Amino acid sequence: MSDQLVTVLDWIAILCLLAGALLSVVAAVGLIRFPDLLSRMHTAAKPQVLGMLLVLVGIGLRLAPVEETNVFNVGTLLLVGLFQVVTIPVAGHIAARVGYRTGRIREDLLVRDDLAERLARKREEDSARRAE
Amino acid sequence: MNTLWTVIAALLAVASLLSMVRLLLGPSILDRALSVDVLLASALVGLGAYAALHRDPTVLPTLMVLSLVGFVATISIAKFVARRPEEHVATPTDVVHPVPGAPSADEEGGRP
Repeated sequence: MSDQLVTVLDWIAILCLLAGALLSVVAAVGLIRFPDLLSRMHTAAKPQVLGMLLVLVGIGLRLAPVEETNVFNVGTLLLVGLFQVVTIPVAGHIAARVGYRTGRIREDLLVRDDLAERLARKREEDSARRAE
Repeated sequence: MNTLWTVIAALLAVASLLSMVRLLLGPSILDRALSVDVLLASALVGLGAYAALHRDPTVLPTLMVLSLVGFVATISIAKFVARRPEEHVATPTDVVHPVPGAPSADEEGGRP
């Protein structure tokens, strides 16, 4: 690879890393400032998915001039990205579900609560069935 | 370019400190788990920045392990919270949604 190309790739990589670090700060500020669990989860997922993917792209671009281990590097980076994208939504869903069911969210901040309506309707149906 | 690496390190330090503040303050255990997640994301970004700075691919497996460990940690904390109804703080939500763990008819597909 020519030196110029390496320099350009390095600059792109460092910008990606900078964006990832900025997203981490944004998530931390959101953790401090937002009022309840669900809105905090909203910001906390940003560095975990988008920030991580940006950082992985940055690492890949920085490691591209290192010729001998390129295949393994790219494979590992792809695997990390895949794991993050698959596991973060699952973990967020489970944490939010437990928070809702154990009453750890603030009802007054919800604009609309479809799940409460559904649960209420289901309970009515159940009690009607039990009464029969 | 050196300045930018320093800026990245400083940003990550600020992010870790702020999420540690939430770790100390966090009203419920789920908030704390969430701030640990953000802390772990900062650690992952930091390890990635190290790998990129030194062009050193040896820490990449660590990134993979850490991302999976964070997932397992969040899931196990959530399960732990769901199994402990006795420490539960009563809120208006309870009238609509009963505590999971207590036997009830409206569990949609069992426990989370």
